[in-house]
Amino acid sequence: MKTGHPQLDGQGNLKHFLTIEGLSRALLVEILDRSEGFLGVTLQAVKKVPLCRGKVVANLFFETSTRTRTTFELAAKRLSADVLNLNISTSATAKGETLLDTLRNLEAMQVDMFVVRHPSSGAAHFIAAHAAPHVSVINAGDGRYSHPTQGMLDMLTIRRHKGDFANLRVAIVGDILHSRVARSQIAALNILGAAEVRVIGPRTLIPAFAEEALGVRVFHDLREGIRDVDVIIMLRLQRERMTNALLPSEHEYFQLYGLTAERLGVAHPEAIVMHPGPINRGVEIESQVADGPRSVILEQVTNGIAIRMAVMSMCIGTQNIAMQADGKTDGETNG
Amino acid sequence: MAEVDRISIRGGRLIDPANRLDREVDIHLADGRVLAIGEAPPGFEPERVLDARGLIVCPGFVDLSARLREPGLEQKATIASETRAAAASGITTLCCPPDTSPVIDTPAVAQLIQQIAQRHGFARVVPAGAMTRDLDGKQITEMAALKLAGCPVLSQADRSIRNAQVQRRAMEYAATFGLTLFLHPQDPDLTSGGCAHEGRVSARLGLPGIPEAAETVAVARDLALAGQTGARIHFRGLSTARATVMLAAARGRGVQASGDVAIHQLFLTEDDLDGFDANCHLVPPLRTRADRDALRHALAAGEIGAICSDHQPHDADAKLLPFPETAPGISGLETLLPLALRLVTEGVLDLPGVVARLTVGPAEILGLDLGHLSPGATADVCIFDPNDGWIPTPETLLSHGENSPFLHTQMHGRVMATFLDGRIVFERASDR
Repeated sequence: MKTGHPQLDGQGNLKHFLTIEGLSRALLVEILDRSEGFLGVTLQAVKKVPLCRGKVVANLFFETSTRTRTTFELAAKRLSADVLNLNISTSATAKGETLLDTLRNLEAMQVDMFVVRHPSSGAAHFIAAHAAPHVSVINAGDGRYSHPTQGMLDMLTIRRHKGDFANLRVAIVGDILHSRVARSQIAALNILGAAEVRVIGPRTLIPAFAEEALGVRVFHDLREGIRDVDVIIMLRLQRERMTNALLPSEHEYFQLYGLTAERLGVAHPEAIVMHPGPINRGVEIESQVADGPRSVILEQVTNGIAIRMAVMSMCIGTQNIAMQADGKTDGETNG
Repeated sequence: MAEVDRISIRGGRLIDPANRLDREVDIHLADGRVLAIGEAPPGFEPERVLDARGLIVCPGFVDLSARLREPGLEQKATIASETRAAAASGITTLCCPPDTSPVIDTPAVAQLIQQIAQRHGFARVVPAGAMTRDLDGKQITEMAALKLAGCPVLSQADRSIRNAQVQRRAMEYAATFGLTLFLHPQDPDLTSGGCAHEGRVSARLGLPGIPEAAETVAVARDLALAGQTGARIHFRGLSTARATVMLAAARGRGVQASGDVAIHQLFLTEDDLDGFDANCHLVPPLRTRADRDALRHALAAGEIGAICSDHQPHDADAKLLPFPETAPGISGLETLLPLALRLVTEGVLDLPGVVARLTVGPAEILGLDLGHLSPGATADVCIFDPNDGWIPTPETLLSHGENSPFLHTQMHGRVMATFLDGRIVFERASDR
């Protein structure tokens, strides 16, 4: 039974941020515009605004992460929220009830927002479906499905360099099959109206039916795929892909799909190079490119804080609207 | 349960596909057998007369796969709870796969299950014995002993044998004793780690996929081995269009193979995974609309001779997890009939066709003399109202498993009474 949109309230405000799929272009633009405002805050001497004062944010990480967790923590603190960090190991025995029990315990501590990372696709939807009604859930990466704040920070980075999305050609290179980052980027680019989204990789790393299912063009040759593109997004290659017959070796992968300065020459002369990090130098990208003038990789990190501030403040804002509405309704019924 | 030996069921529309019978006629039961159709023999005095006007009277349903979870998984369900749910659903015979704990790999476990079922008396439980010890896929079981202990068929439940040589030997040994093998046609390596059909929806949702080839590879191997060994095999739970074509072609060549389909595969597709509804997590997975349509076609054409519930009751916790981590399966006994009747409204089969695939079709696959109402036959009878509307909810379900994507949806068709061996094992309180 699907009742309504899983992440919007009745008025179309963002209640949870689970996925980019199904959101309107206007809402994505609102997130980007709001983030631009927060980019200013991050440059101030006093880097705090009071939008989430008195709110408690719990970072609930069932998968290890340094960068994403840290930027969420910084974002919450700059919004003046209190932050709890919980790293929960997911050994095969310590799952299941633990997940819901953890949730209930934190709710009992009056947590207002969960920032969740989990190894299973759909985990954020599951948690949002079972969280208390006043709680917001932000997906910090679930399995292979979605990493929406990463998708949006990449859109912010692209917009700051390229302006409009309408004429953009974007290529995403690497392990699309296992990548929640790629799925979120593709959804965002399609909603924002990019001219063309390409994915590039060997068949073992491209999902079946990718063209129709995701709305992309598939290339298996790097040079062909990045020809004339405006944006190249390199994905991180997990080393365990070598052990399960998906790839023969890092060497051959770099030979075929590694981004070198020489290969970058076939892209548009002003093409930017992005990477969600952490980088495997010499596996998917050459240091000369990663550290070169076309690389915007470190900007992505800065933009990540602003995007997370935007999304968190929007969800908390929706909570506040709901509380006021409840208050008004009570007043009416009592009066 | 009233101890009544002589019963007349009057005025119902009697549908007995095995005897090509479909008309309004009385039926009389005595001493656990069908005594007569039409006029009662002179001097017959029923102890009970049921008014079945406006209702369908047919053989009790035979379900080729229903997990009862006992012994070993009683936190999910018990033989008592699930056979009671079966009786209320018109199902008089059900075949339980061997993946109990302990596994049904010895006569003792097979007999235990039948004894518990007989003690409760709601439905006839036919255990499928294991093909290999502890379902390990390596060492074949004492198949002759399992047959003597009441297992007409053998199976690996969903733990398919990887080694083709072991599979071949199991087929040969089973064929020696005329045992049919119920095969789960899913290649274990191609299935491993997957939780959704590898297609458009899994690509978008990032769910680890199970390719169509997981089924076709297994079907191709097992059809080849059945042709080689002369064994009789049955594919439990087909899910792909291509496999139905392969099955039909092999049957045309004389391979002794049959197939069934789980009722939910005839209605749900991969699209139902949107929103990550854990109740739609199934093995084999829900596939494409084209696959669903092909399954319906194969069913209508008679290439698939049986519909089963593929009942898999779970405790609530088994589904309270992110989608890929949930236990697969639907609690399906109680929606089997109303969903099957939807095939009539949707023009897939006529009513006798539906009844055939719930009765004589599966009974023949099991090799049991059940599923028909010839005079002298076992008096397993179902009386149902095809139009009665109802909505399944956790409160209405008798099964301990409440895991169904069909909860809170409108159903039409309800069982009014069920007879097992001539005894009333279920009767709905009626305001008629």
